[in-house]
Amino acid sequence: MKQSKWKSIPFLLPSLLGMVVLSLLPILIAIVLSFTDWNGLDKLNLATIQNEFVGFKNYINILGSAEFWQVLGHTVYFIVLYLPLAMLASMGIALLLNKGRKGTAFFRIVYYIPVLTSWVAASLIWKWVLSSKYGIINNLLALVGITGPAWLSSPVWAMPGIVLASVWKDMGFYGLFLLSGLTAINTTYYEAAKVDGAGKLTMFFKITMPLVTPTLFFCLIMSLINAFQLFPQVQIMTEGGPNGATRVVVERIYTYGFSYFKMGFASAYSWLLFVIIFILTLVQFKLQNGWVHYES
Amino acid sequence: MKRGFVILLIAAMMLGLVACGNTNTTNTSQNTQNTAGTASTSENAGKTDNSTPTDSAAATDNSTAADSSAADAAEPVTITYCNFNASGGNEATLASMYEAFHEVYPNITVEIETVAYSDYFTLMQTRVAGGTAPDCYELNIENFASYAAKGVLADLSASDTSKFNTTALSAFNVNGTQYGLPGNFSNVVLFFNKDLFDQAGVSYPDSSWTWDDVQAASEAIKALGDDYYGIYAPITYNEFFKVAAQFGGSLLNSDKTMFTINSAENIAAAQMMVDRILVSNVQPTSEQMGGMGDWDLFESGRLGMIPTGIWAFNTFTDACDFAWDICVEPGQTQKATHFFSNSLVVNASSEKKDAAITWITWLASSDESAQLRIAAGWDLPAINNQDVLNGYLAITPPENRQAVFDSLNYLVVPPIIEDYSMMADIITDKLSAAATGTMTVQEALDAAQSECEAQITLK
Repeated sequence: MKQSKWKSIPFLLPSLLGMVVLSLLPILIAIVLSFTDWNGLDKLNLATIQNEFVGFKNYINILGSAEFWQVLGHTVYFIVLYLPLAMLASMGIALLLNKGRKGTAFFRIVYYIPVLTSWVAASLIWKWVLSSKYGIINNLLALVGITGPAWLSSPVWAMPGIVLASVWKDMGFYGLFLLSGLTAINTTYYEAAKVDGAGKLTMFFKITMPLVTPTLFFCLIMSLINAFQLFPQVQIMTEGGPNGATRVVVERIYTYGFSYFKMGFASAYSWLLFVIIFILTLVQFKLQNGWVHYES
Repeated sequence: MKRGFVILLIAAMMLGLVACGNTNTTNTSQNTQNTAGTASTSENAGKTDNSTPTDSAAATDNSTAADSSAADAAEPVTITYCNFNASGGNEATLASMYEAFHEVYPNITVEIETVAYSDYFTLMQTRVAGGTAPDCYELNIENFASYAAKGVLADLSASDTSKFNTTALSAFNVNGTQYGLPGNFSNVVLFFNKDLFDQAGVSYPDSSWTWDDVQAASEAIKALGDDYYGIYAPITYNEFFKVAAQFGGSLLNSDKTMFTINSAENIAAAQMMVDRILVSNVQPTSEQMGGMGDWDLFESGRLGMIPTGIWAFNTFTDACDFAWDICVEPGQTQKATHFFSNSLVVNASSEKKDAAITWITWLASSDESAQLRIAAGWDLPAINNQDVLNGYLAITPPENRQAVFDSLNYLVVPPIIEDYSMMADIITDKLSAAATGTMTVQEALDAAQSECEAQITLK
């Protein structure tokens, strides 16, 4: 057993090396940078780091700024709307595709196309879908006598608009995971339940749901992590507007690092985001004992 | 799913997070600035390396080299040049400029790298910090001041600047030191839809107009129908610093030691811009725009006037099925017109500065390069040789192309400071709050003033 572990190293090396050089190293450097005032242009060496060392100043400034809490609030608002919707929609897709009806293979592809679409293209399409005057959503609403909101140009509705686009884009991705979770459920459970006279609803809540919870848990954590990194769709659809109502954490990181040349500050920002996500993930792991059922 | 597997996958995801926040920018590089500059058409051009002639033994090439004093007995040298402006359609023009250059200076080989605008500045920042910046490169005005202040640009004061337009040249002079040469040049004029003016029975705008005349004409055009609007001028920093100058205001005092954002002149300027939307509604609100772009609105034939850049000529020529023309932008107490220019700079740590300066000077100001630029319709060269510029006037529409040159008499240079992007963002933020009515103009500019004072240290 031990020997085979060592044997696997040459095969792992290419991707491991890439991960160490392109991810792990920058991550560690970012910790150091977050304690400096580095502007992102000076040559980066030990002397620069020593000269521009500022201790915890970046962290104190960020935590003491109204802006941080504001953009964090916007991000959390997005997550609160997005997570339940995304999970419901993905679960719906997974259940539909799991029925094995005719044309399932076709629809699997159809639901996955948005996942493969670049956010740039998807955002441009959604800008038009959500257009207050020319958009399909408001025109459909008008058919049933509802005046649609101004969506992306309204501070109240801009974020829900972005949530809609994000759910549309991601539901195929999580749907695929959930579908594999569903197909992995042993059919003998259902047969046994049928013999015992269980109805469809009972089977869903007593067999399907419990057995798919590990997958659901995985999707939940993944989508939470992804949602905190919300950025491209916002950048293209609203550029943080109207009136900063959709300005989010990652946008600030990018702007401080690459537009304002405050790379140290931006590094501190991203480490704070990391800590927040890390804590929330830990909390979810603690909570999972209450509802996630692993097959032993 | 097994517990261990779930934990492993999640750990991998979390690692990706910090890496993304700091180093991976290629997928997040959609630019946040309202870059009214000339790069607006270069969105999706990929990275294209221009092929460079491979024979570096060009010093022995031909006898014409003897005509040029700079080429005399010079050692062959290869320099690197990086730019974004040629991406998205002008790669071939740049290549032909280089061919012409290489004939005059056969000893200098330039390796040209053209990078799409959306990736350019993150790439350049990384290369400068990593010590692998090219010998010479291009910077837009937003980034120029930051780079100059951080000491990564070479002093070009010794270069031959005799052929340049002096206003354009002054934009890249920081406290007496010339850190950049204006590589190209565009300005802003007032475009108008002649058909709508005819329908509204209003005479066409001309260079004698003030914004009061524009307001009267706008109201007449707005009266043509529900979906018609008089004018569209974006409520952004870029528009504001120019309109402020037209009202006699400015964002900084003359020696750039103090912000003067909430001066009476500036408030009057911003008030006029905002009132067009909120009071007379001759300019559409963002709801009324419904996601449409300002150029789209003009092209749809429902907009009377739009002050915008001369880089719209080709697009409007193709897209507008009505008669349109241009004139020098109206002013108020005085005239002031925008100009946008990208600077060509030399890397302070380059070992081939002389060759780099020779190349960028030739590229930006030689008659040959300028003629190629004009023939390709690729902005204007920032030069003072009127004979070369005249070739530009022969092209129509617009009929009144002369207005492009007339506008040069009123150029205002953007207030270049080290934290330029931050100042621009703060002002745009507050102005858009005023434009939606959540703040009065006075409150917005007061807030912009105090926020700029708090966040930015002027030197």
